[in-house]
Amino acid sequence: MMSENEKPHQPASAYFIEESHEKIEQHTLSVVVDNEPGVLARVIGLFSGRGYNIEQLTVSETMNKRHISRITIVTSGTAMVLAQIRAQLESIVPVHSVLDLTLEGEAIERELALIKVAGAGEDRVEALRMAEAFRARVVDASNSSFVFELTGKTRKVNQFIELMKPLGLTEVVRTGVTAISRGPKAMKV
Amino acid sequence: MNGAEIILKALVDQGVEHVFGYPGGAVIPIYDEIFQQDAIKHVLVRHEQGAVHAAEGYARSTGKCGVVLVTSGPGATNAVTGLTDALLDSIPIVCLTGQVPTPLIGSDAFQECDTVGITRPCTKHNYLVKSIEELPRILHEAFYVATSGRPGPVVVDIPKDVQFALGDYLGKDNIVHKTYVPQLDGDELAIEVAIELMAGAKKPIFYTGGGVINAGPEASAALRELVALTGFPVTSTLMGLGAYPASGEKWLGMLGMHGTYEANLAMHDSDVMICIGARFDDRITGRLDAFSPGSKKIHVDIDPSSINKIVKVDVPIVGDCKNVLEAMIASWKKKNPTTDKAALDSWNAQIETWRWRDCLSYTANADVIMPQYALELLQEKTAGKDVRFTTEVGQHQMWAAQYLKLEEPNRWMTSGGLGTMGYGLPAAVGVQMANRQSLVIDISGDASFMMNMQEMSTAVQYNLPVKIFILNNQYMGMVRQWQQLLHNNRLSETYSEALPDFVVLAEAFGCKGMRCTKPADLPAAIDEMIAFDGPVIFDCRVANLENCFPMIPSGEAHNTMLLNDEVDDESIGSAISEDGKSLV
Repeated sequence: MMSENEKPHQPASAYFIEESHEKIEQHTLSVVVDNEPGVLARVIGLFSGRGYNIEQLTVSETMNKRHISRITIVTSGTAMVLAQIRAQLESIVPVHSVLDLTLEGEAIERELALIKVAGAGEDRVEALRMAEAFRARVVDASNSSFVFELTGKTRKVNQFIELMKPLGLTEVVRTGVTAISRGPKAMKV
Repeated sequence: MNGAEIILKALVDQGVEHVFGYPGGAVIPIYDEIFQQDAIKHVLVRHEQGAVHAAEGYARSTGKCGVVLVTSGPGATNAVTGLTDALLDSIPIVCLTGQVPTPLIGSDAFQECDTVGITRPCTKHNYLVKSIEELPRILHEAFYVATSGRPGPVVVDIPKDVQFALGDYLGKDNIVHKTYVPQLDGDELAIEVAIELMAGAKKPIFYTGGGVINAGPEASAALRELVALTGFPVTSTLMGLGAYPASGEKWLGMLGMHGTYEANLAMHDSDVMICIGARFDDRITGRLDAFSPGSKKIHVDIDPSSINKIVKVDVPIVGDCKNVLEAMIASWKKKNPTTDKAALDSWNAQIETWRWRDCLSYTANADVIMPQYALELLQEKTAGKDVRFTTEVGQHQMWAAQYLKLEEPNRWMTSGGLGTMGYGLPAAVGVQMANRQSLVIDISGDASFMMNMQEMSTAVQYNLPVKIFILNNQYMGMVRQWQQLLHNNRLSETYSEALPDFVVLAEAFGCKGMRCTKPADLPAAIDEMIAFDGPVIFDCRVANLENCFPMIPSGEAHNTMLLNDEVDDESIGSAISEDGKSLV
């Protein structure tokens, strides 16, 4: 038996999940659930309990009569972890189905942000001009401020926020991504 | 009907005969109903953890769903360990918990806790019943969810006002679950591919687990038939013992951290691994990057999330082990493939040479009872009897898995996934309740016994003749072994100081107490224990510092096992590398 010193460096072992060198991907999952008490806690509890990431999360009832909600989750991990997340989500009893929209192809992803900018003079004019270029709507205005409403892909929202920073950005709220697949096919409920 | 009546009616309709429970303020209406009927027998435990373990033992020895009834607050929180145990070992349990009346929920009322919140991560599913209208549906759904697919524990939290409320009963046949429909039949194409892979195998191995037991005795029968058809060797996890008989020609013994030399080396060298109802637990795989590196892996599991969770497999088959095994048998028979006989012969010959290594040999002692000897003797004395074993957790559990020869499924009840000390005694109570004629033996340790020993009182109350066979080495032996291997033998807090006199303790409980200290006296003592018609606590004094071998040190591969006859103090001290020490 070799002594400790002679042993080759041990790679990560069985008793914790091996540090993976596989590529980390970001995927958007759509989850159809029964809208019953605690269902969201089950879903996010799964993520925290098993150490998965939630980058973004949106949830709302989408079929009122059948009490069905749609949860959109943006998460990240290796391909194996992403498949595991999907399988684990499917094993939750009130979950109807799970779709990995990223695997389905280029899904439509949209996010809504409300952005408050305070300022005066040239900055104010510039903010308004930028808003126009990004097709952000002014939903509130005062002598010294605007609240813009912007809908778009996450990258577009990020870009607009960056541009607003030097122009007096004071507050941002975002919904997180909601997404739907392209084409005629609807998700199984 | 009021809620409590509906509950009892639903239990009867679900075929429940025994409920393990403990009363309290929030479940008095249900207990009042239990008092007024005869169909369901209530077993009064002494602690709610014991109730769940007893129900687990009951479930695992019968294949039926175990049922637990506890009160709100501490009743529910005490049940959490048992629920987690049942979740990790996939045991079907329905646990009814009382809750404070609905108007008081959220007010920090007396004996209130957020039961569904607390039990969410330790159950397969749970419910808070908010109105009497949904009570019958939820009860039947709970049984359906607990027993379908990969079984598991389900909690139904029932506020006290719902137990009093009046409502209509709904039969179980009126309940159809809308989302939870597990896939039972394996994909035909995947099974074809698996059979082709098996037919061409040169060094095949079956690696089976608790899923085969959970799929019922037919699954074990199918496994035996498939093994006989193919002639492939078979090993099993701790949870799967008994599915294939230990006396079977192709049996390699248990695999994993304390598995046999032949099982682990065969896993390591195999070229086709057929995993059936097991989940590549870390106690099985050892170091992942060195786990059976050259094999194509077939994985049969009813839980899709078990597949590719730890180890990437080549042929995944989602389905019930029984259905898939039967489909595999049919496909094998239909194809009647020509196997590579020369390769298989040389594989079997190789396995024989590993067997000759006799990895379970130990040094006998004329003055001190060796724990291995005690178990060999217990095996010999119980062979051929209608015997069922439970265990606690630790060295004695691993020795029991190594030295007892399990011939049939549902006769080995042990806490595998969670590793719950204190499991075996209450589990034995549940096993004996379900199998009055069986000889039920809890292989125990001195420390584990103390964790749930209050359940001896339950055994005495119901005249359950369980035998608690304590391998008493006065240490928390497995932790002590690790301290010796990892921490320069600094035995921090693992000595069982101030142990009670187990014989006097037994008498205090009103059962028989026995003690044996000499190897020569043990055969007669075990005979006496078995012959005694009533519960026994047997204090078997064994060698204090014996270690459990073979052992794959943490962070190592299957082919780097420590064997009993080749370890000395030096090799023990250096068996685990610096990196390995951080692992559990």
